[in-house]
This record gives sequence, C-alpha cells and structure tokens, in this order.
Amino acid sequence: MGTLNILVSVCLIYVAFLFLVAFAAERAAMRGNGGWLRSPLVYTLSLSIYCTAWTFYGAVGYAARSGLEYLTIYIGPTLVMLGWWWILRKLVRIGRTQRVTSIADMISSRYGKSNLLAVGVTILAVIGTTPYIALQLQSVTVSFEVFSDAYDATMPSGGQESNALLVAAGLALFTIVFGTRNLDVNERHHGVVMAIAVEAVVKLFALLAVGVFVVWGIGGGVSDILQRIDTSKIGTWQIEGDRWATLIFLSAAAFLCLPRMFQVMVVENDNEDHLRTASWAFPAYLMVMSLFVVPIAVVGLDLLPAGSNPDFFVLTVPLATGNDTLAMLSFLGGFSSATSMVIVAALALSTMVSNHIVMPIWLNTSLGGATVSGDVRNVVLLSRRISIAAVVTLGYLYYRISGGGTALASIGLISFAGVAQFLPVLIGGIFWRGATRPGAFSGLTVGFVIWAYTLLLPSFGGGLISDSLVANGPFGIGWLRPQAFFGITGMDPLVHAVFWSILLNAMTFFAVSLIGFPSPVERLQGAQFVNVFDHSTTLQGWSGDMVQSEDLMIMAQRILGAREAQALFEREAKRQGVTGVLPEPSPEFLQVLERELSGSVGVATAHAMVEQIVGGTSVSVEDLMAVADETAQIMEHSSQLEAKSQELSRTARQLRQANEKLTQISEQKDAFLSQVSHELRTPMTSIRAFSEILRDTEKLSAAEQTKYSTIIHDEALRLTRLLDDLLDLSVLENGQVSLNVQTGKLEALLDHAVATALTGSGSDSLRVLRQRGEERIALRTDLDRLSQVFINLIGNAQKYCDAEHPELRIDVEMSDGRVVVDFIDNGSGISKEDQAVVFEKFARVGVQRASGAGLGLAICREIMTRLGGSVSYLPGQGGAAFRVSLPDDGKMVPQ
Amino acid sequence: MNERPKRVFLERQNYRRRRLIDFIRMVPVFGAILWAVPLLWSTEEGRQVATSDAIVFIFFVWFALVGVGCVLARALRDGNDGSARTQD
Repeated sequence: MGTLNILVSVCLIYVAFLFLVAFAAERAAMRGNGGWLRSPLVYTLSLSIYCTAWTFYGAVGYAARSGLEYLTIYIGPTLVMLGWWWILRKLVRIGRTQRVTSIADMISSRYGKSNLLAVGVTILAVIGTTPYIALQLQSVTVSFEVFSDAYDATMPSGGQESNALLVAAGLALFTIVFGTRNLDVNERHHGVVMAIAVEAVVKLFALLAVGVFVVWGIGGGVSDILQRIDTSKIGTWQIEGDRWATLIFLSAAAFLCLPRMFQVMVVENDNEDHLRTASWAFPAYLMVMSLFVVPIAVVGLDLLPAGSNPDFFVLTVPLATGNDTLAMLSFLGGFSSATSMVIVAALALSTMVSNHIVMPIWLNTSLGGATVSGDVRNVVLLSRRISIAAVVTLGYLYYRISGGGTALASIGLISFAGVAQFLPVLIGGIFWRGATRPGAFSGLTVGFVIWAYTLLLPSFGGGLISDSLVANGPFGIGWLRPQAFFGITGMDPLVHAVFWSILLNAMTFFAVSLIGFPSPVERLQGAQFVNVFDHSTTLQGWSGDMVQSEDLMIMAQRILGAREAQALFEREAKRQGVTGVLPEPSPEFLQVLERELSGSVGVATAHAMVEQIVGGTSVSVEDLMAVADETAQIMEHSSQLEAKSQELSRTARQLRQANEKLTQISEQKDAFLSQVSHELRTPMTSIRAFSEILRDTEKLSAAEQTKYSTIIHDEALRLTRLLDDLLDLSVLENGQVSLNVQTGKLEALLDHAVATALTGSGSDSLRVLRQRGEERIALRTDLDRLSQVFINLIGNAQKYCDAEHPELRIDVEMSDGRVVVDFIDNGSGISKEDQAVVFEKFARVGVQRASGAGLGLAICREIMTRLGGSVSYLPGQGGAAFRVSLPDDGKMVPQ
Repeated sequence: MNERPKRVFLERQNYRRRRLIDFIRMVPVFGAILWAVPLLWSTEEGRQVATSDAIVFIFFVWFALVGVGCVLARALRDGNDGSARTQD
C-alpha cells in the first residue's frame, strides 16, 4: 500500500500544481501582462482535450482488439485541422464577430437567434456528453484500482465509487473556481486554458515515455518492434473499408461539433492567426500521440497474461516490469487526459445550460423581467456553477447506473455519432444562406431520433429496447429494424447508424429549408454568417426611440458589473458626442450593448433582455436590401460605376472641347489684334507721310497739294470706315445691338440696296439682273440691317467680279416656307480654300484691288445671325454666289 | 525580377499568395485521398497487408502532411497575411 500512498500524494500535489498554474495565469491576465498566455502554442495544446482518457488508455486497448482502426480517431481531426482554410477559419471568424459562447449559441444565432433551437442543441449536447464524462470518471477510478491491485485490473472493488465521487467533486470544484471566476465578456478563461495546456504536455510526455520504454527498454529497437507487430494477432490489416472511411468521417465531424472542442477552438480563441500554427502543430501532436500505441499494445499482449484488460496496458506494462515511477507518470497522463476533458466539457455545457435554459426561465419567471432590481450577474454566475455541478453529477450518476462496465468503453463512438448530428446544420449554416430554422430543427430531430434508435438504445442491450425488436423490427416491420434499414442486413451497426442518421438528417434539413421562407432576422444572420469575410460589422438594428437609457444602464450594470457597464456607457456617450454618462439609445449603441451582453449570457438571452426593454427590433430598409438580393446589389453597383465612368469621360470630353475652344479663341484674338493694328497702320502711314510732305515741302503746286490732301482725306475716310466696321462688328458680336423691326417689301429693299451700292460708279460697272415678279414679298424684320447685308453683297460683286462684263443675278425664291435671296455673279468665283474663311474677319480674297478691310462678310454673317437667318456661300453657280436666308417670321404673306 | 516596377512586383506577390492558399486548400484533399488507400487493401486471408507496412505508410503520409502544412503555414505568414493579425 506504500505505492498507493505515494500515488495519492503525487496526485494531490499534481492537482495543487494545476490550481497554482491556473491561478497564476488568471493573475497574469488580470494584470494585463498575460501575452504569453495566448501564444499559438498554448492554443494548440488546449486543442489536445480532444485526446481524452478514452484515447490515452483506450487507444491501446482499441489497437490490441482491432489493430490500426484506432488511427481513424486521429486521422479525421488531422484532416479537419489541415483543411483549416475551408471551415475552421470561417467558424473562428464568425465566433469572434458574433461573440458566440457555445455551439448551441452559434446555431441559435445563425437561425434567427432562436432560443428553442439553442435549447434543443443544449439538451442533445448534454445527452451526447454525459456518458463521455462518465467514461472519464471510470478511467480515473479504474486506473486507481489498477495501481492498488496490480495483479487484478479488471475486478472492480468497493473503493471505486467513492474514488469516482472524489474525482468528480474535485473536477467540479476546479471548473467552478476557474470557469466562473467572473463573467468575462469574451467568455475566455485564461486559467482553465493554461491548466489544460500543461495537462496536454503531461499526457504527451507520459505516453511518449511509456512508448520509448516499450520500444527501447523492453523491445530491441524499431525493427524488432515492427517484427513483433507482424507476428502478433494484429499483425495483418483486417479493417473493413466501410469502418475505416466512416470512422474517419465521424471523428472529423465530432472534432468540429463536440461542445468542448468548440469551446477551446472557437470560443477561447483570441487570435485568428493561432489557427494557422495549430493547423499543422495539432496534427503533429496527434501523430506523436498515436505513434507508440501499437507497440505498447503488442508488447502488452506479449508480456501480460491472457485476459488482462488491454485498456490499461499503458499502466500495467510499466507496473509489470517493476517500473513504478514510469507507471506513476503514466497515471498522471491518464489523469490529465480525463480531468482536462471533464473540466472543459463541464464548462462548455454549463455555459449552454445556463445561457439557454436557466437564464431564459429565470427571466420569464421573475416579474418585470430584465428591469427588476437585483444583481443578474450573481444569478448568471450561480446558474453557471449549479450547471457545472449538475453536469458533473449527471456524469457521475451515469457512471454509477451503468455500473462502469465495458458498456462504457463503446460509448465513445456512440457519443461521437450523436454530436456529429450537428454537422449538417453547422456547415449548412455557414455556407448556405438558404438554410432555415425549421430546416435545422427538423434535420436535428430526425438525425437524433435515428441515432438514438439505431445506435444509442441498442447499445444498452436488452434493457431499453428488446432483442426481438432489434431482430424483427417494430411490429414485425423488417424494413425498420434498428440495425438494418430497408431490410438490408450485414452492415456494420455503427456504419449503418452513422450513414442513415447523417444522410436523413442532412436531407431533411435541406428539403425543409428549401420549402420554407426565413424571417428577416434569420436572413440577416444568414448573410452575416455566410459572408462573414465580406462584412463582419453590421447586425440588425434596434429601434431605440422609446428606450430609456437608464433602464439599459441598470440592466447592463447587473450583467457586466457596475464598473464595466459605466465604462462602456461612458465610452459610447463620448463616441456619440453626448455630454454625461448616458448615451443616446441609438441603434448602433444597442447593437454594441447586445454584443457585450451576449459575451456574458449568450446571444439569444442578450437579445431577449434588450428586447424586453426596447420593445422590438427593427429591420431597416438597408438591412433588407443587404439580404434581399446581393446579385442585384452588385449589378447595381457595377452599373453605377459604369455610369459614373461614362459621366467622367463625358465631362472630360467636354472639358477638352472647352479647352480647345478657349485656345482657339485666344489664337483668334491674337490674330485679330495683329490684323487690326496692321489695318490701322497702313492708312496711318500714308496720312503721316503725305501730311509731312505738305508741311515740309515749301514749293508745292496747287495740283500736288490737292492730290496729297485728297490722299490724306481718302485714307482718313478708310480709317473711319474701318473703325466703324470694327465698332459695328463688336456691337453685333456682343449681342448689344437693338433691332428696329419694321414692315416692308423685299422689292423696295433690293431697289434701295442696288442703288446705294452702285452709287458713284458707272452704270455699266455691274449689270444687275432681277426677277421683280418674285420679289413682291412683304417682310417684317430690321430692314436697315438687312439692306446693309444686301448692299455689302452687291458691293462685293461690284468690287471683285472679274468678268469682262460683270453681271449680278439676284434670285428670290420661297423654299420650305423661307425666303431665300441668292446673289450670283458671273466672275471666276471663290476658290475652295477661300470659301472656308470668306466669312472670317479680315479675310480678303484674291488680289487686293479694293480698299475693303475684310470685315464686310463677317458683319453680314453677324447681322443675319441676329436677325435669325443666315448667309452662306453657295458653291457651283459659275461665279461667286451668296445665299441669304431670311428668318421664318421675317416674311409675310405674298401680296 | 526586382528591377521591375514595384506595382508589377506586388501583383506577382499577390498571385503567389493566391496559389499558396490554393495549395493550403488542397492539402486535406490530398491527405484524404492518400489515407483512402487502405480501402484498396484486401482483408482476405492470405492476401492481407502486414501491419508494420501499414504503419509505415500511414505515418509517412502523416509526417509528409504535417511537414507540408508547416511549410505552407509559415509561408503564409512570410507572405504578409493581410487578414490575419500576426503577433510578431
């Protein structure tokens, strides 16, 4: 019994050490220097709670019975971890952005924050996990027994149950102390995580030590051990393909869905980047954990008498070879495996039970709901503690009732198959926006009923479900036999159960989701979950007009604690720019508050509490838009972009045109100025020269004097005319001209124009041909200005017509209701290049025979524009031809 | 390559990162296929695979997957992951 006493004291020291580690970690975290607590290594080690006592002790037993089949339990999680980019990354991101506190919280949050669904998931998780906790308690007590009586490992003795009770109580205490120290808004427990990381190292070290001892201490090295393996009864590959594939799938699914795995992987994660390291480090851990299992099993089978329980070879092999220290280490490894699993499982389950069952009931039963006085914090903590105690007690009771027999050993896979029912709902929820709450609910129900019917109940033997039912089906219906659906026999019961439960679960989930229509909140949450990498920010809003901030403050203080709540409210008030402590109950603030609260009491409860005070949620038009049709949004967005870019290019084109015009105008202005100065200088030079001659030359004859004076006079006239023209043009161009509208006849107007233009020249200088019959049209316009145009055109013909007998034909016709007057001479016309510029200022065509300044046609054009008509060159008429179109309203009915 | 304009270099880096993620996505697929190989092994008496050979194969696959996963995970950090926050 001396060994046993040492064992007990080592065990107590170890437990004390764990308490110390957890306590130190909590203190370091509270002081804010707990950075090292949250390293990728600690995260990876915390995942090792996957390796429970069932895998620590049981794997060897499993290997001794079924060869390499135990590897499937590790291969599934390895594939999930290596495939982190597919699923885990998304789960962790969603868990962080939505402040998810458990897998039940996750599922309920995804499906419209439905508490009913959360309750369902919680109950199922408890059903699936309780036997597992019982299994851990059994392993600890049996390993105690093994130690106390090294020669009879299988026989239970009287002290076993009290041992189990002690262990259960110790674990509950540890979980309560470090799992419910405070209501952490992040639901993270530094002490617990640190303790299980230490335990992960211990169990790995213990198993490695036993393995190394077996391979190099008992065996003769690697090749010898491999030889022993091949000659043993598990020396050949005997695993059926269906079990191999199904078990890999099952362990992968369970790894994602086990409440305790979800707790360490998603809830306790505080840096997404840790996942990157764990993606390869945890598979490495699993590989090392499973490396020495077969050697230990084979050596145990060789070494120990037939009939020894292979489940405890890890312990009995060192004991049988008299290696007590190694056996002690091995015991601590198993103890670590069991305790860390129970602690985290109890923590995860208690969070679920407290948030989804106890708190809603308490909120409903206490009159006045969330606003009554009293500290909700204490209620939450108390309900957590009671839940932890209840979960562990449940495990203990299960252990007592089941008798701790071999039935427990097989419960591991049954439990896996149970929690794997969450998989379709979980994966569908984060990848498929069409998944709905009724779909999730019915899928889960179908999956669990089939699981219970085909796997759980038959596992109890003849107790709960009769053998005849298993053999013949209910009411003799062979198609419904629990282990042979559709009458197809011969399938492995586990494979059969997993296949049908998961398949029918997924199909029901899918089909019901297809026909249903989700509520707005559900659709919003669906979009949030599925597109978590696109927009991780918005939640649906509260309509907070009628909310009293004081009420919210009272509620928040009771859940978060007075100091934290006040800090939160003050921060929000500052952000809103409100003086004082109470912020406006804006939808944004209510969102923040709900999220903070959900860290403590879960999403569904926090939602319900805020709802009690606020009265209702509002789904804004924007929110609906976000859900309604993403494709339409994207299309709208891209078409908006397209329109904008078109608009931009249009504007750019306009700007370019404007710029060109400005440049052109500037050039024109420069050219105009230089031309004006040139035009002014020529007559000025003549005037100056001849006036100097008149002044300085003394003996000028009268004829000469007259001649020079005439030149001066002519040049002065030309200057005056030029200036008049310039002035006229400037007035016309600026639009300052005032029209003097009169009524008159075209015939008279032309008579006047011809007479004026030809004044002072011989009657033979230009012969004017007219059609007086056509000219009898009454006009209503500025007759003076029109006559100015006519005079100019006739004058041009007189000046520039180079024919021997110059003729000008004036044609008048009505075209399209407009009066058109053509002036056509019989000269050589205007060349094509000159036609383009003939209306420009200072444009003069051909030889400078005449004294014009080149402004005449420019003025004509301006006048006609002002009058609403036009003047243009008419090519192809034999000579120079100009067409004057009179404005519409310029003519009156022909008389 | 380094003489190229910076923008082109960045594009190339981005491209590399995408392919790296493709690789990361495919690792579990390769793993699943390799570990499905035992399905092809016969369980008939006399034609069975020796357990030691099976151990060597399965653990070799395991070791290779962990090694590749490690290299890829580290490469992803060196590639300056924009979405994940690295600590150091």
